[in-house]
Amino acid sequence: MSPLTKRERIRSRITAVIGLVLVWNLLWGEFTWMNTISGAVIAVAILLVFPLPPVKFGGRLRPLHVIGFFARFFYDLVVASFQVAFLAFRPGEPKSAIVAVELRVKSDLNMTLVAEAVSLVPGSLIAEADQQTGTLYIHMLGVRDAEHLERLRAEVLHVEARLIRAIGSDEELRRVNAPREEPAT
Amino acid sequence: MTLQGVLDAIAAVCMVTGALLSLAAGVALLRFPDLLSRMHAAAKPQVLGLLLVLTGCAIRIATVVDVTTMVLIAFFQLATAPVAAHMVGRAAYRDGQTRTDLLITDELAPQMDRFSERPAERNGRASVDPPA
Repeated sequence: MSPLTKRERIRSRITAVIGLVLVWNLLWGEFTWMNTISGAVIAVAILLVFPLPPVKFGGRLRPLHVIGFFARFFYDLVVASFQVAFLAFRPGEPKSAIVAVELRVKSDLNMTLVAEAVSLVPGSLIAEADQQTGTLYIHMLGVRDAEHLERLRAEVLHVEARLIRAIGSDEELRRVNAPREEPAT
Repeated sequence: MTLQGVLDAIAAVCMVTGALLSLAAGVALLRFPDLLSRMHAAAKPQVLGLLLVLTGCAIRIATVVDVTTMVLIAFFQLATAPVAAHMVGRAAYRDGQTRTDLLITDELAPQMDRFSERPAERNGRASVDPPA
């Protein structure tokens, strides 16, 4: 991955300061000038003492798709929760599987967000992540058979596609929309 | 029914459902066969249960100071629960704490040697060896 330019690094830092000031205000419970100023001082101090790793964000926000992503995400979270709750009370031990899913967009940001989202949707949990190849190794709970497994695998790629549609760059969007070549076995 | 009555009913439903989901998460923690399965229980019903209880509280309390704190709790719960589950699961898998007889397939096992060694190279730094 190419190193960030100076401008990108400054933008990344300003975003971090804004985020921290927001959290500070929320912690105090109200937005006042006093909270904002003291929050900004503390945010700068935090960033000086604990510099955050720079995050490269090359995409742009598509508000409609962002809403769509979150709507689908919360729907999935509800389904997942009741599914696990159901499995908890069902007799017998649930079967599971670990599958490798290679993401199409290999940026750190995309991998992190997909991993977060996938952990909260039905049946999946990240067991290992390979930053170099952009592969997530996902533990699937409650897998019935091989066909079910393939459906779950496709679902992970759908999560990625929805995410990229929401915040990805045009180039990343093309990569996600491109027909997926079948892996030669 | 008054508006307050409707809000109370919604809050009650949220809280009871949230509590039941948390209970289910607890049962799942006890009953699931191995650690990776248990992390599912810790990550999903528990998060939604907490969100529902928070929603119920927010409807009942409805003061700005408390609701902003709840928003923060919800946000950090969503952001950190998967990370915690991943870190515990990863450590358990590397330590061989997984019940392999319950796995239909394991596509990670053949790749494991990629993760065990070469810590520097994974950061993309050690591509140049120091001169011998």
